[in-house]
Amino acid sequence: MSLQTEIIQFLLAGITVGSIYALIALGFVTIYNVTGIINFAQGEFAVYGAFIAITAFQKSRLLSGNWQVALEWPLPAAALVGVVITTLVGILLYRLAIQPARRASILSMIIITIGAAFVMRGAALLLWGTDPYRLPVFTPGPPLKIFGAILTRQSVWVIAVTAVLLVILYWFFNRTLTGKTLQACADNPKAAQLMGISPQRMALLAFGISSAVTAIAGIVIVPSTFMTYDRGLTLSLKGFVAAIVGGLSNPAGAVLGGISLGVLESFGAGYLSSGYKDAISFIVLFIVLAVRLGGFLRRRGSAGERAGL
Amino acid sequence: MLEIKNVSTSYGHVEALRGVSMAAHPGEIVSLIGANGAGKTTLLNTISGMTPARSGQILLNGVEITRLSPEKIVNLGVCQVPERRQVFATLSVRDNLTLGAYTRMRGRGEPPIKDRKTLHLDIETIYAMFPILKQREKQLAGTLSGGEQQMLAIGRSLMGRPKVLLLDEPSLGLAPLIVRDIFEIINCLREIDTIILLVEQNARAALRVADRGYVLETGRIVMAGPAADLAADPAIQQAYLGKQGR
Repeated sequence: MSLQTEIIQFLLAGITVGSIYALIALGFVTIYNVTGIINFAQGEFAVYGAFIAITAFQKSRLLSGNWQVALEWPLPAAALVGVVITTLVGILLYRLAIQPARRASILSMIIITIGAAFVMRGAALLLWGTDPYRLPVFTPGPPLKIFGAILTRQSVWVIAVTAVLLVILYWFFNRTLTGKTLQACADNPKAAQLMGISPQRMALLAFGISSAVTAIAGIVIVPSTFMTYDRGLTLSLKGFVAAIVGGLSNPAGAVLGGISLGVLESFGAGYLSSGYKDAISFIVLFIVLAVRLGGFLRRRGSAGERAGL
Repeated sequence: MLEIKNVSTSYGHVEALRGVSMAAHPGEIVSLIGANGAGKTTLLNTISGMTPARSGQILLNGVEITRLSPEKIVNLGVCQVPERRQVFATLSVRDNLTLGAYTRMRGRGEPPIKDRKTLHLDIETIYAMFPILKQREKQLAGTLSGGEQQMLAIGRSLMGRPKVLLLDEPSLGLAPLIVRDIFEIINCLREIDTIILLVEQNARAALRVADRGYVLETGRIVMAGPAADLAADPAIQQAYLGKQGR
């Protein structure tokens, strides 16, 4: 393989993985902007989305084989059910764990989300066990060739789904009244309240949107990588690093952060060693925090300053 | 009418309002004057539900609103223009105005906005009052000057068709010429037949524009009456208008 092909190959692989990080980072940013909370249970939504879709799609043995499920729905229906149920999980997380503590400090609420992540991981372990799961690729067929580099059809799916979601989210936040209401809450929650906007209802909505987006991320990657009950933590951390790189309050920054992180990881794994893949994220996080606490694309006067981050 | 009966509010153990009673009618401007920390802003926040009253009653046209959530109180037509304007800095001027009509667009406020055309006409009404906002329509609110932001904050509240308009320090931090404009606008608001409560440090201007006034001192109302009488009172002149007493 020529050097040029190699570079394109790493780039494509990086953009694919980076798209997933971008979606998870968007999940972080959505919740953070509206509530000031960094939700460390974010990655669990990806695990739940994938696991629920898999369970609806193929014969599964849950609770250590005590509960046989044979729904065998078509893939699109199974994916939809994965997103819908995960969204409900996200809404429940807010209603049961965050909203009752709304008078607590932001830091306490962040710690609650860490606790919630443990609970969700434990529940996933009980239900689905330690086995790795996988979905079939969405559209089987030979991979595409771009300048000699290989792009699998599933990678195309990942990138396309990310792009479509970005367009939808952009439209929702900038063109609909509800989207603008969410932006107003992120901008100035007190003034939003004086307009008759309920911050709690908006926070609930933010958790719903965020968990849906992250569930979709979990479902589109699961044909190209195995999903296990404990993947949530890594996914959370990668999404978090991407969000921080993007300035934490800026959706466009989160997407750029996610994709650059994916590309960096891909090159690091290719030219140094794949063992360094995860270390790279944390080196990036360290550098960003040390050089510029606010990330590179932070919006001014944002929720970050309110939360003291 | 808006009636406030023996209302007390506290922050923790600190009492900010102690048994405040007052009333205001549609079409009149009522000024609340007093020193820093006298409880003026707290009184407005108590009416809007942001800082709920500990005891006492607040009635709007005979309906008790004392312990409702801020959102419910806005639904009933109480709109506050908060201190330091608090426009949505990252949204456009037009979006700020649109969000001012949020309760009406959701069908909770009166009169409801059911289509784009009604919304558009209402926004045009605000532009007719504040032509500069029309020029700035697409700009982010954070890029406006202080005076323009104050006009936007007032316009945004008017989009909610308030029965009660609470104005908190509208002249704060503005240049004297702009302050004059803002007070002229407040004077014109009398025509929309709304109850207007005006909190001001600038007591002279506040009493000039108002019909009646209340003087707050350490959480209590110490004086009340027609604005002209208050402005002529030697004690008030000495304490708030910067004139030497005889």
